[in-house]
Amino acid sequence: MLILAIDTSAVASAALVSSEAPGSVVASFSTEDTRSHAEVLAPGIEEMLAGAGVTGKDIDALVVGVGPGPFTGLRSGIATARTLAFVWGKPLHGLVSLDAMALEVAESAAAVPEFLVATDARRKEVYWARYSLADGRLPVLEDGPHVSFAADLPDLPAFGAGAGLYADALKAHPDFAQEQPDALYLGKFALARLEAGNGLLDSTPLYLRESDAQVPGPRKRAL
Amino acid sequence: MNRTQPLVLGIESSCDETGVGIVRGTTLLTNTVSSSMDEHVRFGGVIPEIASRAHLDAFVPTLEQALSDAGVVLDDVDAIAVTSGPGLAGALMVGVCAAKALAVATGKPLYAINHLVAHVGVGLLDGAGGGQHNGTAPQLPENLGALLVSGGHTEILRINSITDDVQLLGSTIDDAAGEAYDKVARILGLGYPGGPAIDMVARTGNPKSIRFPRGLSQPKYMGTAEEPGRHRYDWSFSGLKTAVARCVEQFEARGEEIPVADIAAAFQEAVVDIISSKAVLACREHGIKDVLLGGGVAANSRLRELTGQRCASAGIRLHVPPLDLCTDNGAMVAALGAQLVMAGVEPSGIRFAPDSSMPVTSVSLPA
Ligand SMILES: [Zn+2]
Repeated sequence: MLILAIDTSAVASAALVSSEAPGSVVASFSTEDTRSHAEVLAPGIEEMLAGAGVTGKDIDALVVGVGPGPFTGLRSGIATARTLAFVWGKPLHGLVSLDAMALEVAESAAAVPEFLVATDARRKEVYWARYSLADGRLPVLEDGPHVSFAADLPDLPAFGAGAGLYADALKAHPDFAQEQPDALYLGKFALARLEAGNGLLDSTPLYLRESDAQVPGPRKRAL
Repeated sequence: MNRTQPLVLGIESSCDETGVGIVRGTTLLTNTVSSSMDEHVRFGGVIPEIASRAHLDAFVPTLEQALSDAGVVLDDVDAIAVTSGPGLAGALMVGVCAAKALAVATGKPLYAINHLVAHVGVGLLDGAGGGQHNGTAPQLPENLGALLVSGGHTEILRINSITDDVQLLGSTIDDAAGEAYDKVARILGLGYPGGPAIDMVARTGNPKSIRFPRGLSQPKYMGTAEEPGRHRYDWSFSGLKTAVARCVEQFEARGEEIPVADIAAAFQEAVVDIISSKAVLACREHGIKDVLLGGGVAANSRLRELTGQRCASAGIRLHVPPLDLCTDNGAMVAALGAQLVMAGVEPSGIRFAPDSSMPVTSVSLPA
């Protein structure tokens, strides 16, 4: 099974993962930047596919990180994934973007049985979720995702750039203090679930916040 | 790429309409639009985040519908065109990302197109009003101007060449005319969108009962034809909106009933008077003999009437495309895209960034 994974919940990233490839990785790319998704994502995907000699026909499914993440960036990945899936006629699945980092934690030496993943939600808040981890299993999402002030999170080891940003309030793991969700781990997570016959989400974005729109109150006086 | 009668798919997402249009050369095959207007009603204006969320969900269904209405498949398409600006940044982003993905998935060339120029390009579609047929494909008249009036923009353009030489003669320096309509409709309790609501009520009012200010009409802004002032062809509507609010409050303070129809009519007259007089002035002073009207406010009966009269007395022909081609749509993007393809302009590639303030001098983005 060959999966194209895309995540733009923080940085822009994409990956090709396959059960037949060593370590499941065929190809991947990601950017450092969290604000230029519209420019870099499509060229990045195009070059990655060409480099791997893969076309839409070869892909069995797409998976996209549905956030949470800053809205405009998040939509870049979902709009891209939905359009590719439509044109190629392939199934599209969604995964919580924080799952990607949970898997990265699980595969690292820093793994612990219970932990938080946190990313920057701007406005002095973090997007976060709580995971549990048993040996040889995928991380399990126990609570979340939510958007909160760092000081209001459970007292557990915390992984990701959102934790690094608020290291004073959170038990931020230093090796993960700048880590962002990456499509590579998102793809590996999706591959493991699909091959085990488990379902995934659809591609509905997890905004967690309403639009800031306010119904206007009574007219202000101009005089 | 077929450059003589190219099949072009155009994508528009700069405001609250998700549009996909398909043209073959100058023939319109479909103009499919999904609007999030209803979701903005309770806010009394377009909320960018709500519009962006709606674009994301509307895009693929609108694309699918457009292909089916036009009876074409993506394989047949010669080029894709997308609005890359000006417009709401988050809204543009959705259409641009979708268009780039479409280009990646199909391998088709992509053109990043100026929304304002696309409003003019729509006039080149067969039967849309602006094109002149000389037995062959329609061509825009020489010395063409375009007056664009909508909730997002108010501009007068001169088009020397639709594919590479467009000049901004004047524009609003604050609110767009349509925005002023929305705000005044709210002050008068007439609902959203304000344009049709005010146009309707104004018919029963007396436009001369109150005299509202005409923004930027003072000599210091106007100057003379020889020595034009800084804002000779520019508009301003924020002072007008404040004047309406003040007028309403004065009636309230005196405990009198608010003459809604008279205020609506007088407001509309102020907007339409200054738009049409400055537009005609700009045309006369630039040798413009044909003017194309575009944007949603082109639906306004009084704007069409007064602009028509003033153009006629100045010897200028006014062209008004069908209304569904005046409001934001994907067909206009496809129409301009087809012009670029036929003119041999190279595509933009997939590395460009959307530009919320893209100038009209940039008809399409270079690769
Ligand atoms: Zn427009």
